[in-house]
Amino acid sequence: MIQVLFFAQVRELLGTAKLAFPAQDITTTESLRAALAAQDDKWAKVMASDKLLVAVNQTMSHWDSAVADGDEVAFFPPVTGG
Amino acid sequence: MKAANIRVQTADFNVAEEYALLASDNSDGAVVNFVGKVRDFNDGNPVTDLTLEHYPGMTEAVLQQITEQAHARWPLNNVTIIHRVGTMALGEQIVFIGVTSAHRKAAFAACEFLIDFLKTKAPFWKLEAGDSGSHWVDARDSDEQAAKMWQP
Repeated sequence: MIQVLFFAQVRELLGTAKLAFPAQDITTTESLRAALAAQDDKWAKVMASDKLLVAVNQTMSHWDSAVADGDEVAFFPPVTGG
Repeated sequence: MKAANIRVQTADFNVAEEYALLASDNSDGAVVNFVGKVRDFNDGNPVTDLTLEHYPGMTEAVLQQITEQAHARWPLNNVTIIHRVGTMALGEQIVFIGVTSAHRKAAFAACEFLIDFLKTKAPFWKLEAGDSGSHWVDARDSDEQAAKMWQP
């Protein structure tokens, strides 16, 4: 399984902070994003945002970054701390 | 170089205590502190309070990485980064950056670098509450530009 986390307005819009997603057929952050988006309209809309960022195992990543069973993948909007 | 003092916490911090910890080494001639606070207006909207969310684990890792980058770039001694999370009222302190060095130029530059990088790299998000309800703060292009200025 892939541990998937959501933060800030992404978490709020999805109504989900975390879930475990089957690793089968998931090879990259993009394929995980597409699989999540395929769940329903709400997911499709949030996952389609061009501002969405992704981290793999707590490191900022790109949409072609590798994802494998046991990884932690987080989706979130641009950061606004400080 | 000592291990950086990096903390993510809900509790407020005491600037005098943090200064005393930073400034305890007599080889340092310069101590620069930055404190970020909850401001009354953002983009023209009155703000009553602010809630900070973060990504536990990744936040600390990113703060450690940007501290190491600062050490690689300037001759620094002590570095403290404190960032609060949870809900903060108008006027409260949000973030503390403290840097010491033998000389002021390195300390000023590193302190500004650290806050610029924290704002654009560390996974924190602000939810702002005001008269018209609450909304997530948008990232600013100006912050991204400030961080880019530090690219070698």
